[in-house]
Amino acid sequence: MGNLAAFILSLAIVGVVVEMLRRKKLREKYAALWLVVGTGTLILAAFPSLLTIVTQFVGVQLPSNLLFIISILLLLGVCLHLSWEISVVEDETRTLAEEVAILRALVEQQAAANPANGDTSNTTTSK
Amino acid sequence: METHDSTRVLVIMPAWNEAESVGDTVREVLGVGRAYDVLVVNDGSTDDTAELAAAAGATVLNLPFNLGVGGAMRAGFKYAQRTGYRRVIQVDADGQHDPEHIEEVLAGLNHADISIGARFADKGAYKVSGPRKWAMQFLAKVISGLAKTRLTDVTSGFRAANERAISQYLDHYPAEYLGDTIDSLVVAIRSGCSVTQIPVAMRPRQGGTPSHNPLKAAIYLGRSVFALLFALTRKRSHITSGHIAVEGTS
Repeated sequence: MGNLAAFILSLAIVGVVVEMLRRKKLREKYAALWLVVGTGTLILAAFPSLLTIVTQFVGVQLPSNLLFIISILLLLGVCLHLSWEISVVEDETRTLAEEVAILRALVEQQAAANPANGDTSNTTTSK
Repeated sequence: METHDSTRVLVIMPAWNEAESVGDTVREVLGVGRAYDVLVVNDGSTDDTAELAAAAGATVLNLPFNLGVGGAMRAGFKYAQRTGYRRVIQVDADGQHDPEHIEEVLAGLNHADISIGARFADKGAYKVSGPRKWAMQFLAKVISGLAKTRLTDVTSGFRAANERAISQYLDHYPAEYLGDTIDSLVVAIRSGCSVTQIPVAMRPRQGGTPSHNPLKAAIYLGRSVFALLFALTRKRSHITSGHIAVEGTS
């Protein structure tokens, strides 16, 4: 029963993704893809004949070849998506770094301009 | 925000582990005796660049980690715009650019938005040879064509900008390799900024020598062509006479 093993594996994948979502360990936009992949494998594991039908329809010789090409394309897509996301994040980090540097410089300038200011506000609040 | 006379010029000095030279360079710029304020952008240095620069009389922007020259310069431009400077000039912290020439390069802003202090324009003894030279000449040719004026040294880090150019830079100033020179310049030109060049003599760097390794030069050529091609296909920035909105992702 190789099919049972495949079914259990895909069930586990879907389960892990749902659990990670529930615990907020995974943002929804990344989870969607994995849920689709998990459900797809679940369906294929339940009805293996589906793969053979699709293979004949597309004109591929071996069902496993179709499975491989789909997996490779999918992983390629995921990699590209992650590279894009990390570029966005780096850009945001860069902007934050600039903001922090500028704010720090302005705060230090103000502190240098009126050094007594910080002390007086401290004493009034501590009363 | 700080208020100051709007005719003051901000000298932006990106510095990454330049403790050896930054203090002297800052003192030298301030020693010229003109209305210059020096902003050292400490690009995540691990030595005491920031302390030495501050002790020499510069304002210091401390970036929490290394962003590269492009990142440091954009932070500087942002600071300039927020504190109301109308003219800025980039000067290297390694003492390569003579502070006496700052005024000459700034004078270029009288008839252009960006003014480049150029090393090859028949002045001074700065020389490179071989593939690196061809790469620089090729870049200069292409960008001169775009700018409709003769430029001989487009990778010079001795560049002045007025308010209009600052606004454009804030919209597009990549932190990538060559982003601070070729990419930003090409997009600025395509967005409608005018460019001029002022011949200046460069001094030898206080530390380090330019490499003459042919392999490195070839890589340099490849990367610069790559940067150039991308810059040529990028989206133009919208420049509204003075300030442009630079909110959100740029």
